[in-house]
Amino acid sequence: MRTDVSNLNEQTPHQNLTEGLMYFGAGSTKQFNTGEWRTNTPVFLADKCKQCLLCAPVCPDSSIPVVNAKRLDFDYEHCKGCGICVEVCPFDAIVMKEGK
Amino acid sequence: MARKDRMSGNEAVSYAIRQINPDVMPAFPITPSTEIPQMVSTYIANGQMDTEFIPVESEHSSMSATIGAEAAGARSLTATSSAGLALMWEELLLAASNRMPCALALVNRTLSGPLNINCDHSDGMGARDTGWIQIYAENNQEAYDNFIQAYPIAEDPRVHLPIMICQDGFITSHAVENIELLEDKEVKEFVGEYHPEEFLLNPGKPIAVGPYAVSNYVMEARRNQLEALERSKEVILEVADKFRQLSGRGFGLFEEYKTEDADYIMVIIGSAAGTAKEAVDQLREKGKKVGVLKLRVFRPFPAEEIANAIRHAKAVAIMDRTESYNTHGGPLGSEIEAGLYRAKATVMAVNYIYGLGGRDFTVDHAASVFAELESAVENETEVKQYQYIGLRE
Repeated sequence: MRTDVSNLNEQTPHQNLTEGLMYFGAGSTKQFNTGEWRTNTPVFLADKCKQCLLCAPVCPDSSIPVVNAKRLDFDYEHCKGCGICVEVCPFDAIVMKEGK
Repeated sequence: MARKDRMSGNEAVSYAIRQINPDVMPAFPITPSTEIPQMVSTYIANGQMDTEFIPVESEHSSMSATIGAEAAGARSLTATSSAGLALMWEELLLAASNRMPCALALVNRTLSGPLNINCDHSDGMGARDTGWIQIYAENNQEAYDNFIQAYPIAEDPRVHLPIMICQDGFITSHAVENIELLEDKEVKEFVGEYHPEEFLLNPGKPIAVGPYAVSNYVMEARRNQLEALERSKEVILEVADKFRQLSGRGFGLFEEYKTEDADYIMVIIGSAAGTAKEAVDQLREKGKKVGVLKLRVFRPFPAEEIANAIRHAKAVAIMDRTESYNTHGGPLGSEIEAGLYRAKATVMAVNYIYGLGGRDFTVDHAASVFAELESAVENETEVKQYQYIGLRE
């Protein structure tokens, strides 16, 4: 049943589609700019950040990139503005602003 | 070695569930199916099975959790009746479209209103277009036998669809009758272990179940689902054949009782088939050529097979234990008549509605139906093509 879903498209005959349109693979959201759904936006204040990294693992959309044990600015192509990172930050290094 | 016992229909299905020992059972109580989760919980509490029982807050949740567990890779099931099945409506369609081979023990009870707790088929028939396989039982033995065949049908790679095993509320679920049980080991071997090819809790092989489909994919997905349901017919018959070898009890898509030479045939589902057979036996003694076709598999609907089994008769009575409110017949009546038309069979068919909300259906009722068919053919009397049995008017 497992098949390379990248070969499937809107011209694929029904016989070749997956059972129940099951999708094989993970992380395909990366290919889409879902950040455009956001109505409020977290802003990263780098000078207040102690790099404790409490924020990165609680982000439901993996929109806080961590490189060499340091968090970088938000991935706004995928952040939905839920504000969980704001709640978890002990140093007020993330603030919410209205709008995109 | 088969073991003889006496049990109610609910006890029989619970006993089958214990023998199968599935992985997860989320359930919420509702009359008359409440005993099934109750008895299964007791088996679990007594250490006689190790199914994970989830007490949920509604049937919307029990079906959701059943689907979730099945998608995660667990063999799962639930049980319900009436309004409980109605509350599952959205999830029933999802179980089928996501191709989840989970099981549901349905104890048929009427849908409100008027509010009533007794048997008719309005719950199961209301779910007739959800994509589930539906198998109905005449008595406790069939409810037990059908449940043991449920997973081998649903989990077959040609099928991968959910399956509803139905029995009549109170009439079958609460009446104690003799029953022949299989040994635990025989059931376990027959049903086998569940090893899904793809499932959510599968490290390194991620999948997404039930993703959004844009318009360009929906028709293709539905077609594939339909073809799986069509294929289930051959699987149902294969599993029935294996079950016959194990138990000595044979099953088909339907049972033909003295129909071979019958001039008048009654098509009926569920416990009332036993009543109809008694009427047939009594009428046969008087020389009347009558018979009963008891439908076992309602979904997939064996339209062509039924048409070919009844087309030789002079007249047939199609018995519906539910009102469909389409204003020209019950579900069985509408579908069989459509099947006869497509098979170019011109046998006279009368659609009767009976037994709503637990109203008794008696041997005399069945005999009067056969008498009406005979009179219509022999004396060319006018017969209402769609009528109620035992209605005060």
